[in-house]
Amino acid sequence: MAKHIIIDPVTRIEGHSKITIFLNDQGKVENAQFHVTQFRGFEKFVEGRPFQEMPSLTARTCGICPVSHLMAASKACDDIMAVRIPATAAKLRRVLNLAQMVQSHALSFFHLSSPDFLLGMDSDPVARNILGVAAKFPELAQDGIWLRKFGQQVIERMTGKRVHPAWVVPGGVSKPLSAEVRDQILADVPKALTIARRTLEWFKPAIKKFEEEISTFANFPSLFLGLVTPDGSLEHYDGFMRIVDSNRKIIADKLESSAYAHHIGEAVEPFSYLKSPFFKPLGYPGGMYRVGPLARLNVCDRCGTPLADRELAEFRKLQEGAVLSSFHYHYARLIEIVYGIERLSELLGSSDILSTQVRAVANPNKSEGVGVSEAPRGTLIHHYRIDPDGLVTWANLIIATGHNNLAMNRGITQAAKHFVTGKKIAEGALNRVEAVIRCYDPCLSCSTHALGQMPLQVQLRDVEGTVLDEQLRE
Amino acid sequence: MKQTTGRTLGIKIGGVEAQAREGDTILDVARALGLFIPTLCTFKGLSAAGACRLCMVEVRGVPRLLPACATAVADGMDVTIDSPKVVAYRRQVIELLLAERNHICAACVANGNCELQEMALKLGVTHTRYPYRYPVFKVDASHARYGFDANRCILCTRCVRVCEEVEGARTWNVMGRGIRSTVATDLQEPWGRSTTCTACSKCIHVCPTGALFEKGRAVGEMQKRENVLPYLSSMRSSGR
Ligand code: SF4
Ligand code: SF4
Ligand code: FES
Repeated sequence: MAKHIIIDPVTRIEGHSKITIFLNDQGKVENAQFHVTQFRGFEKFVEGRPFQEMPSLTARTCGICPVSHLMAASKACDDIMAVRIPATAAKLRRVLNLAQMVQSHALSFFHLSSPDFLLGMDSDPVARNILGVAAKFPELAQDGIWLRKFGQQVIERMTGKRVHPAWVVPGGVSKPLSAEVRDQILADVPKALTIARRTLEWFKPAIKKFEEEISTFANFPSLFLGLVTPDGSLEHYDGFMRIVDSNRKIIADKLESSAYAHHIGEAVEPFSYLKSPFFKPLGYPGGMYRVGPLARLNVCDRCGTPLADRELAEFRKLQEGAVLSSFHYHYARLIEIVYGIERLSELLGSSDILSTQVRAVANPNKSEGVGVSEAPRGTLIHHYRIDPDGLVTWANLIIATGHNNLAMNRGITQAAKHFVTGKKIAEGALNRVEAVIRCYDPCLSCSTHALGQMPLQVQLRDVEGTVLDEQLRE
Repeated sequence: MKQTTGRTLGIKIGGVEAQAREGDTILDVARALGLFIPTLCTFKGLSAAGACRLCMVEVRGVPRLLPACATAVADGMDVTIDSPKVVAYRRQVIELLLAERNHICAACVANGNCELQEMALKLGVTHTRYPYRYPVFKVDASHARYGFDANRCILCTRCVRVCEEVEGARTWNVMGRGIRSTVATDLQEPWGRSTTCTACSKCIHVCPTGALFEKGRAVGEMQKRENVLPYLSSMRSSGR
């Protein structure tokens, strides 16, 4: 059957966001909070479902990074089945995950954030979008569109579907890769690399114009969390969790994903539905950490591919220790795009990539499973428990936006203190506060909206709590 | 089971003059002529149940609609199979089936191999006008090899009929009333504890949706093998 109708009540699960900026009695910004409202309890929703459904069910919760949920969920299912998936299946999943990262980073960088860099933070909001970029900088816009399509096409070619592919399954993948698809993807690699490098060459000098933003966009010491390979290289699919401090000193290493709960606590704040994870040994909120592209580059010793490693060496020169400004998430994203393309072409070139042994079959052999992978936005943790029949009794998901919750709050507070003055929120200040959120590229419906706009409510309140100003972005 | 006496009757169906054998249903005649009447609960080789109400047709002179699968033809009958009224009615049936339980196709083992989905597509149902009810039905995964998810069940009773009429086990039955009615194994024991089930898998393969499935299947992987009953269906349709 060529067409499917999708009847899909799960799309009810979505996030809405709101920022409140609080002034103190001197009328200066005291604090800012990022609230996620109406975040439907996904964990409740999956109770009683066969665990094999988890990859597709969790992928449905997120329209932007379904592939990431497929990864973490399938890995949690592999764990429940207690199987080691065939080597080729792991490689194919890796390729898919990298392709997802490339397309997602391209979307974030070109479509959502490049208007700020190219047209200016204070430019007219009506034209401050990818169309505005296309009008003034057509080549760059085309590059962005092409690169995103490259990633999407890899996903579509490998899985047969662009959105919600059911190809990644518990135990591996459902179909082996064909030589034809491999060759199609490899044929596009040189152009993709050229574009990624060209963009970096343009962006690196361009950031000099943003000194003020760099120093105030969530620029503060924090921990960073990300996966690394056993030898400490950049990792997105498997490996161990590592935590470094703001000096890039490793403070926890080789953490098994199954033991995440020993290291990560989850605080609940009344102002947000999103839990606030923290590194347990340092307590709450001192154990605040960041995840995502910036964190991954801060935690790893090297990327492990030639071009990306050269870029990483230059990136490290930005700052002694860890790179702290969240503004540099953008820069890190571009380096990761280069890495992703290099690495996926390397994987596709391996001799066993067309092997037909791509799936391990087993009944559930454990009552609990954890899967951790790196989504474009950061570390993604899926943890399920099942009953003896294989039905899910409990699930816990920590998404990248959750990990970054504390840091986002700190970040918008910092930016608001610097840019918001008086009793009104000026357009430029509003955009900068939003841009801090965009640095983290949070995976809420707000970041899916095309053209760089997010449905976001921003309120300015005085010390009594009276609303002084309110802005709504649809 | 259907009895045909061999007496020839003349009827009009979908505007076509046709001959039928006494004892044939309207659906039999339509299918013999290659006319399409949508069905869901009917299954070749099993008795008619008239459960889904998708095959409703208009018969001149009869004020209500009649199920084609369960109505025997009569001499001189004039049957309309696609009037705007029946077309609208059939769509409504599909919409109600979808709204009644939890049909999340994208996470369903039967996605792409589902008769309900296919029928919805064929009849142009892309959304429902009715609010989803989101009932909470517990999945029965106690059987070693199979699972039953009432959230996807359309109560077509194919499983009940195949189990009784073909396998002779009578494991499945219908219980409860109205919105709470469901099919159940034995006296509503968990399937895995059923003393009658022979684990023959016939119910799995006749089930039109993702309600009955083989365990371990990932999303979209439950391919139904409807020809599991070739021998029996040919025997039954030949009327022996
Ligand atoms: S049973 Fe069919 S209609 Fe229902 S969710 Fe599954 S595929 Fe969709
Ligand atoms: S389980 Fe399947 S075959 Fe049985 S009544 Fe429900 S939909 Fe029909
Ligand atoms: S096919 Fe006739 S009622 Fe279901």
